[in-house]
Amino acid sequence: MSAAPSVLACLAASSNLDGLLVFVLATFVGFEVIRRVPTLLHTPLMSVGNAICGIILVGAIIVGAIAQGAAEATLAIVSVALATVNVVGGFLVTDRMLKMFRRKQDPPRKGTGAGKDAS
Amino acid sequence: MSFDVARLLYLVASVLFILGLRAQSGPRTARLGNSLSIVGMLIAVGTALASVLSGDADMRALLSGNTAWAGPSTGRILAIVAAMALGTAAGWVLARRVEMTAMPQMVALLHGLGGLAAALVSVAEGLHYGADESVARTLVTGLGGVVLGGATFAASMGAFAKLQGLVGSAPFVFRGQRVLNAVLLALAVASCFLFMSDPAAIGWLVAALVLALAFGVLFVAPIGGADMPVVLALLNASGVAGSATGYILKNDVLIVAGALVGASGIILSVIMCRAMNRSLANVLFGAFGTGEGGAASSTPQKSVKGYSAVDAAVLLGNARSVIIIPGYGLAVAQAQHVVKELTDLLEKRNVDVKFAVHPVAGRMPGHMNVLLAESNVPYAQLLDMEEVNPLFESADVALVVGANDVVNPVARSDKGSPIYGMPILDADKAQNVIILKRSLASGFAGIDNPLFYDDKTMMLFGDAKKTLMALVSEVKAS
Repeated sequence: MSAAPSVLACLAASSNLDGLLVFVLATFVGFEVIRRVPTLLHTPLMSVGNAICGIILVGAIIVGAIAQGAAEATLAIVSVALATVNVVGGFLVTDRMLKMFRRKQDPPRKGTGAGKDAS
Repeated sequence: MSFDVARLLYLVASVLFILGLRAQSGPRTARLGNSLSIVGMLIAVGTALASVLSGDADMRALLSGNTAWAGPSTGRILAIVAAMALGTAAGWVLARRVEMTAMPQMVALLHGLGGLAAALVSVAEGLHYGADESVARTLVTGLGGVVLGGATFAASMGAFAKLQGLVGSAPFVFRGQRVLNAVLLALAVASCFLFMSDPAAIGWLVAALVLALAFGVLFVAPIGGADMPVVLALLNASGVAGSATGYILKNDVLIVAGALVGASGIILSVIMCRAMNRSLANVLFGAFGTGEGGAASSTPQKSVKGYSAVDAAVLLGNARSVIIIPGYGLAVAQAQHVVKELTDLLEKRNVDVKFAVHPVAGRMPGHMNVLLAESNVPYAQLLDMEEVNPLFESADVALVVGANDVVNPVARSDKGSPIYGMPILDADKAQNVIILKRSLASGFAGIDNPLFYDDKTMMLFGDAKKTLMALVSEVKAS
């Protein structure tokens, strides 16, 4: 198990300890924010999570732009398409769901049939 | 665009994501929250596009020493824009067409696409940086991006296939499965270390990806359909694969967004496990519901009181307060709209109607709430377990539709039962209980439910939707 300390040393010597700091702090913020979300909204929470996961789009755009070989560029551009599906699909479907949560006094939505209430 | 300006914009986007998730704390602010997150995403993507188009010195810093770069070619830009257009069209169609009952599959599919995107970007990074890259960053690319992203993709597709019914949802187990899984994962990690020691040999990274894909499929195979809520929640946590890419590209918004989604996945997994009183390890490796517990079949035949819809309609029509307990059977029968019709009828007769939603009702966290909201049940009527349990004692009727284990009093009393300790809805404390059920078969856990044999219980056998429609017409007639 002598590999473990050397890996730690490598990580410490890495040029992006700032990134690690941001990651750890953001995780704590995430815990504090997410645990306030009621069970009522857990499904939209997961789909908005999908959309936010689509932030990998930013990485895919950057890697796609700086790529030098054809293989690199192809991989990155495929990722751009996949990540965009997440972003657009995730945000739209979340909005579609959240629109359905109504108060007692709100008028019922028309056309309650599934799949027809997206407009 | 200078790197400092870009970082500032990424910071704004990160803050918008946090505020957007914060606004998910209530149904009245949630839509605004979603819009805040959308604005954050537009800012982040716009910034990325602007900074690659400008092709300035700071972007060149990402190029590992290649200073001759003057920005991407026009063809490359067009390819990126075309890919975005394609993705937008696909995402748009998916989000519009998907039925609310199919939301678990939709989320599984998006988990998978996110994982695959992270894995492919990471392989591209590995190709790009090659031998120049620092040791730690190479390892992050491999473990965080390729292995986590690849395994997420494969596991999500497996979950999707099970949820969509493309393959059987029963646990798939064979001898030595866990050992094989552990070996696959160990080999994938080992490949990343080999890549770290020789970053020019991209083959190691590809090997890690293939091994991770195999691991992902075998990881999800032994998990039964009823445990899908936990799997979906856990796969959500793999959003941290985005953080790995952010770490390589020194991009804060990627790191923050990945961490936020990761935290969400972990919290939801813990909530789901708690609601089933099982550990995460038990869900992932236990292959629950394989029929090991033969307790149900050995129970001596007890008498069950079967009733007609007329009896139940009289009871419902004369009640002052009714609590409806929807289970997965309701979603399967697509009966949420008929339930709403029954609710409206009862409310016209001044019956107070509430819904008791157990955390694991449905096939993903919160699924039942979405289905009932879709059929126009106001959210104030949807109560979670803690809110509703004190109300059962004063309720005249508890109407159970397609639920079983979540109302099984054995979970409170019988220490020997596999579901002992699982938090349940106290339906047995209501004055009367009406249970709509397809047959007397036990739930996924294979455990008999004494509530079925209780004197105050009326069993109505048959398809949930048909029985509910009969109830509606009987209540109308009475």
